[in-house]
Amino acid sequence: MDSLLHHVFQPGFFSTQEVRTALIVGGVVAVVSGVVGVFTVLRGQSFAGHSLADVGTTGGSGAFLVGASPLLGFLVFTLAGAGAMELIGIRRARGRDLATGIVLGVSLGVSALFLYWDTTVHNTSGATMTILFGSIFAISTSTVPVAAVLSAVSLAAIVVVYRPLLLASVDADMAAARGVRVRLIGLVYLATLAIAVGLSAITIGSILSTALLIGPAATVVRVTRRPGLAMLLAALLGVLLTWLGVLLAYDSYTWPPAHHGWPVSFLVVALIFAAYLVVEVSTGLGAWRRNRRLERAVSGDRVEVAG
Amino acid sequence: MNARTVTDDLTPLRSAPTAGALLSVDGVSVRLGGRVVLDDIRFEVRPGEFTGLIGSNGAGKTTLLRVVLGLQQPSGGTVRLAAGSDGRRARIGYVPQKVLLEPDVPLRARDVVALGLDGHRLGMAWPSRRRTALVDEMLAAVDATRFADARVGELSGGEQQRVLIAHALVGRPDLLLLDEPLANLDLGSAHEVVGLLSRIAREQGIAVLLTAHEMNPLLPVMDRVVYLAEGRAATGSTDEVITSPVLSRLYRHHVDVIRVQGRVLVVVGDQTDPHDEVPSTVDSHGRSDVVD
Repeated sequence: MDSLLHHVFQPGFFSTQEVRTALIVGGVVAVVSGVVGVFTVLRGQSFAGHSLADVGTTGGSGAFLVGASPLLGFLVFTLAGAGAMELIGIRRARGRDLATGIVLGVSLGVSALFLYWDTTVHNTSGATMTILFGSIFAISTSTVPVAAVLSAVSLAAIVVVYRPLLLASVDADMAAARGVRVRLIGLVYLATLAIAVGLSAITIGSILSTALLIGPAATVVRVTRRPGLAMLLAALLGVLLTWLGVLLAYDSYTWPPAHHGWPVSFLVVALIFAAYLVVEVSTGLGAWRRNRRLERAVSGDRVEVAG
Repeated sequence: MNARTVTDDLTPLRSAPTAGALLSVDGVSVRLGGRVVLDDIRFEVRPGEFTGLIGSNGAGKTTLLRVVLGLQQPSGGTVRLAAGSDGRRARIGYVPQKVLLEPDVPLRARDVVALGLDGHRLGMAWPSRRRTALVDEMLAAVDATRFADARVGELSGGEQQRVLIAHALVGRPDLLLLDEPLANLDLGSAHEVVGLLSRIAREQGIAVLLTAHEMNPLLPVMDRVVYLAEGRAATGSTDEVITSPVLSRLYRHHVDVIRVQGRVLVVVGDQTDPHDEVPSTVDSHGRSDVVD
């Protein structure tokens, strides 16, 4: 048992500073992403979430170019992107998807330019990998308090607007009739979404941050019908999968044949997908079995009646 | 055509402003993109009264409802809401036609009803026995107990309608507004919902204002009809409004009103030729009756 544990948590896992930082920041980010993600699923805005991630890419690559902190770049751009979407989208209800698409296309184009300059002019070949796919073991300890404060602020914001946001997500007019300031509440939600996506960008990368936002939420809504419980479970699942990903990545340096080490981002996303698949298949099977039982009961009745 | 004279023809049907009105819509006009959607609409709703906002698709019913809700700014006229039963500003309960939610959205019918109680308040709700009891009571009142714990996105149109009505009622409104509550329902469910609404209006003194393109299920319960056509309205009791002369003036050409077995059939003549004696189009009020 001891040797198995020793195998799972290999020497230095808990004592390494980089791992500790990765576990703290990764966990905190997963909580925010899980909680905000449930509202993203509720509002059917996963496309907006992904677009903010793409906008964040531009910010991260731009920050790299000027030597600023990538987290700052991610956050400034995701928040600005959220504001732009709100402004462009307000005129027409159905224009929202189009507006989002336009912001997305432009921002990815600019990222391509920035990343090109990052790698050629500044000769920092790791920039593309770091921005797009994250580098959770390279997070500096000075980032920890920033990430913690931002997470606490966005979680507090979600708790404060919880009921009006839920009502506005059901139907904007219903909420307005009840006296909810729908635009303001929607803007608060978009800001928390921008922060969640910006924070995930430093852990599993800007491109993959949607996976952490949508994955746990989409998984838990299959097993619970309660919005509050869904948020709690999504946060827990996100933390669990992130930590598991970090652990596996740490262990992967001893995996045969190459002993190269696997990227955390891949492992986290793979785990998220696996969790989703397991829940999807098992709930699907459950429904199928119930239907079978029901059909058998019905056909059984028919036989009895006939007999 | 001289719109002013025709509008003035409808004047006898306008009641003078009265002290007891809960809602008074006074000369409301709405122009959207240069088009006149509503032109000088006037009507009043008194406490406990059942009012039907009748008109075919595109007549401006939803726009008028949005003006009353304060979601749409009128380009002219005013909407006044009197004080409610408890002396405060009257509260409005709103029931949209349908809410668009994916089937797997984690939100139960009872959550939607609970949001009607305190959805406008900040923070999360602490579970309390009083809150649960109120929600349960309201779900039972609209006969929705059976699917109280089902996901809202998985409910049928009629089931969702009941949940949305419970959501609106649990906040103790003085005025209940419903947008096409009968549109997605079969005839049986439509009669059930109408019965439910008229009982609520009578027993709890809540004024009900609903839009519909089919008025027959509402005929037995409507205290007042606001008939919208061509952006204008004729208002009064059904006997006053649903007549050939009044509707002809409203539509600005000949309209026949046929009464068959307690049902009303409105037959609108050819739009291109007002002198055409043979009605060539039957509008949506009549068509389903012919089929029935």
